[in-house]
Amino acid sequence: MEEYKLLKIDDTLYRTHLSGKFLNRKKYQPVNPGAVTSFIPGTIIDVFVKEGQSVKEGDVVVILDAMKMQNRLKSHLEGIVKKVHVKKGDRVPKGAVLIEVEPA
Amino acid sequence: MTIEKKINELNERRKKVIAGGGAEAVEKQKAMGKKTARERIQALLDENSFHEYDMFVEHDARDFDMDKKKLPGDGVVTGTGTIHGAPVAVFAQDFTVAGGSLGIMHARKITKIMDYALKMRIPLIGINDSGGARIQEGVNSLYGYGEIFFRNTLASGIIPQISVILGPCAGGAVYSPALTDFVFVVDKISKMFITGPEVIKTVLGEEISMEDLGGARVHSEISGNAHFFSKNEDECFASIRKLLSFLPWNNSEKAKLTEPAEPKLGYDIQNIVSDDPTMPYDVRDIIRAVVDNSDFLEIQEMYARNIVIGFARLGGRTAGFVANQPNELAGVLDVDSSDKAARFIRFCDAFNIPIITLVDVPGYLPGVDQEHAGVIRHGAKILYSYSEATVPKITVILRKAYGGGYIAMASRHLRADFVFAWPTAEIAVMGPEGAANIIFRKEIASSENPEETRKKMVEEYKKKFANPYVAASRGYVDAVIEPRETRKMLLHALMVTENKQVSLPPKKHGVPPF
Repeated sequence: MEEYKLLKIDDTLYRTHLSGKFLNRKKYQPVNPGAVTSFIPGTIIDVFVKEGQSVKEGDVVVILDAMKMQNRLKSHLEGIVKKVHVKKGDRVPKGAVLIEVEPA
Repeated sequence: MTIEKKINELNERRKKVIAGGGAEAVEKQKAMGKKTARERIQALLDENSFHEYDMFVEHDARDFDMDKKKLPGDGVVTGTGTIHGAPVAVFAQDFTVAGGSLGIMHARKITKIMDYALKMRIPLIGINDSGGARIQEGVNSLYGYGEIFFRNTLASGIIPQISVILGPCAGGAVYSPALTDFVFVVDKISKMFITGPEVIKTVLGEEISMEDLGGARVHSEISGNAHFFSKNEDECFASIRKLLSFLPWNNSEKAKLTEPAEPKLGYDIQNIVSDDPTMPYDVRDIIRAVVDNSDFLEIQEMYARNIVIGFARLGGRTAGFVANQPNELAGVLDVDSSDKAARFIRFCDAFNIPIITLVDVPGYLPGVDQEHAGVIRHGAKILYSYSEATVPKITVILRKAYGGGYIAMASRHLRADFVFAWPTAEIAVMGPEGAANIIFRKEIASSENPEETRKKMVEEYKKKFANPYVAASRGYVDAVIEPRETRKMLLHALMVTENKQVSLPPKKHGVPPF
């Protein structure tokens, strides 16, 4: 019986095996509205902002090249650029935080 | 020329085609543990039953020096033969000829045998071993793929279609297998992906081996694209033959009856399941305890193991089994298990195979990942498939049947023809702990000893609702039966439902949540 693990469903603990897919599932990360992230893996073609610079909502901050398309990534809000995580030529995976903006 | 000379010429021509890509290419193929296209067909079909067509088909491409290249059979072998004495149509791509690449004549050979299979209402088996589109033939090879996909879709639900991946099957080519009913893969030989490791590396900078990206194990365990996994080609052909032994040859027939046989002893059905609903067991033991010869052919054995699907026989009749597996993830319904079960239910329904559902389900798997992966949409597939199915539907509730899981698992409400329940069944809106915590929240919180009160309330709820008799009192359960009566009841139910007739409201087709 020792090989079984416990899984809780509706307050009941069941003895069972847990699949690798279940154990390796992605933990939920709350959305940070100030983060500009890569929606697709690709290469950074250009970065238009520096740390400390102020940006408006909709300003293009980064150009991300992916699937032969140059994607213009915009700031979601108005504020100050708190952190720039990438530079020209960097390759980024999907979902990476590229720029962090602190709301004004 | 005398007739003998003409016959000699024919045999010379045949020999050239049968040599395929030549000795060197054949040797390379064998070094990879692979048989040649014709050897594969021989191994799959009944002995000496294969007849090849379109041997002398040639391409007429001219660009990129293609006019100087002779490609025997244009890289694919097609024909008909028999399995268990009944006719089947086959094609096998020949990797030794131009890497089994698909040009227009190659595709036309395939579509011709597909049309033939559909017209004659016989199963189609496609053996895939191809580098992909024949780039020299440009858009003509795209035409070829499109024509194949279209026919896969037309034939779907009319004849069983089986895909065998015995080599690379990459890019657009993967969509023909994906449109067919069953995909067979072999360890270390099968490779399936839309974009290969090299493209992924250049575009995304991610490094991964072909095996880890789209090998047999990945598609059997993680993606769910494959239905049967074998260690080598011979084992694979044997399991295709075994699968076909359970199936009808087309959608207007029923599967062939075999000699009825008792389950093999060694299983006492009554001792498999504990009456404590939190204790695990292997539900396949229940299936083996009730079916002929205890012979159960499991499908997608390694994928979404929390639900078990497969074929077996009862009294010589084929039945499709769908069963929650308490051994894995407590037998919950989730995105993958819903997807797996729903497609199987639709296959059974299309091919006149009665569905026997064994229920022991705690509900749906909670979690952000499940909600965000669309467990609502995927879970709905089970409801849709069971509701739409008009084949005999027989349900046995072994133990838990809680909430939405109860409804989804072929309940009376989705028009099960027979619902049996064991005395251990607990048919309720949710498990006793969860229910008591909600119903008696105030009593528990305001009592002097909340933990003790909670336990008392859980016991009270269990006594009142955790049984089959509330559902039986409403007629949602037809009979409460002893575990040892299960086989007898299933045999009877299959006999009674043999000529079941129901008709759904006429429509072009539904819009399932797929």
